[in-house]
Amino acid sequence: MKYLDEYRDAELAQGLLEQIRRERKRPWVLMEVCGGQTHSIVKFGIDNLLPKEIELVHGPGCPVCVTPLELIDKAHAIASRPEVIFCSFGDMLRVPGSECDLLTVKSRGADVRVVYSPLECLKIARKHPDRQVVFFAIGFETTAPANAMLVWRAKQDGLENVSVLVSHVLVPPALEAILDSPWNRVQGFLGPGHVCAIMGYQEYEEICARFHVPIVITGFEPVDLLEGVLMAVRQLEEGRAEVENQYVRAVTRAGNIAARKIVSSVFRVCARKWRGVGPIPHSGYRLREEFEAFDAERRFEVGTIVTQESPVCISGEVLRGVKKPHDCLAFGIECTPAHPLGATMVSSEGACAAYFQYGRYQKVGVGE
Amino acid sequence: MCLGIPGHVVSLESAGGLRMGKVSFGGVVREACLEYVPEAVPGDYVIVHAGFAISCVDEKEAARTYQLLEEMGQLAELDETAAEPELGQGDRPSDKPR
Repeated sequence: MKYLDEYRDAELAQGLLEQIRRERKRPWVLMEVCGGQTHSIVKFGIDNLLPKEIELVHGPGCPVCVTPLELIDKAHAIASRPEVIFCSFGDMLRVPGSECDLLTVKSRGADVRVVYSPLECLKIARKHPDRQVVFFAIGFETTAPANAMLVWRAKQDGLENVSVLVSHVLVPPALEAILDSPWNRVQGFLGPGHVCAIMGYQEYEEICARFHVPIVITGFEPVDLLEGVLMAVRQLEEGRAEVENQYVRAVTRAGNIAARKIVSSVFRVCARKWRGVGPIPHSGYRLREEFEAFDAERRFEVGTIVTQESPVCISGEVLRGVKKPHDCLAFGIECTPAHPLGATMVSSEGACAAYFQYGRYQKVGVGE
Repeated sequence: MCLGIPGHVVSLESAGGLRMGKVSFGGVVREACLEYVPEAVPGDYVIVHAGFAISCVDEKEAARTYQLLEEMGQLAELDETAAEPELGQGDRPSDKPR
């Protein structure tokens, strides 16, 4: 397939690896920010191909993983109401709340539907004017334009039976939280390609300048990831800290203007709690006042939900790049994708789930 | 979650006041919203996420990146066979600013 297979070319990958080996002089710790990149790195074994002096740690970039438990419980409470058709991306269906997952809620009789595009909710709402259609609007900046368009159109079309349960998170504040931590080990970032396709990378330039850390906006295929590593290593070896764009075929500095315009008309920035990490200021979106009528949390009184995370789970440290999945005593034993204990095991893009899926049960010497 | 798949625009249409289109992913055709890529026309490659095209693939940049990478691979081979003299910084195509 065009723009996919070319970037999986083995010879190109070998050439890049060779170049990385040649240019690297000192050990470096890099973090790939996006869960899609983590999945690709573990799937293709890229971390094990790199020289052992280059360590890749996995970032917090999986919105499914970081959706707080209480919001998942809230989704279950809303989905269980008889008048509700609860729509969600497929990724959220198996994520356990305090008691069960959305699939179980469905099996108990709730009308839970998987949608590919949020716009499908408009069709469902028109078809069922007597029902309430609620969409679980989760995601990073990449998904925000799609979710914003649903709300925008629902208002334009006067569809009063549509609402959204918003759990939107933003990447730059999470990077700042990682860099601000006294336990931080990350020396350079592979930035999130598709987030930047929407938002551009001006915000990342401020982070570079403030923390003197290189950020290379990187794609998702093996060749993209290896070139991203090479560009980051080259900056570190030369003592530079800049934003560079590896993913030039999809990302521009200004991002997608049309998409950003709708996002900023529908959402405003707010504090958000990240599962496994805790609250981060200015790290998410909520609906603007003009669109609050479409807020499912306002439309359906759910009350206060108290939740308790597993005491053995170390997902917070995994999400901040301080620990690896194998460092957890529960990994692969008590905690598996079928029975996840915490954030990084609940979605296939979580670091723990990726390690489990691709047979990384034990710690092995990297680069061997 | 932020998965974006490249596909080429097959046709354009308007539905419910939105710019929509059919996009082919290696032969599998799906509907996508093209509101955010107003410049896209049939034949263009777009990256689709959650039913929305989020970016038009810059074919020139894609071709250039690929070519640079390929040349670098060849240079690496050259380096191996003729170890000396080393290419200086900036001589390798990949060193050029982009």
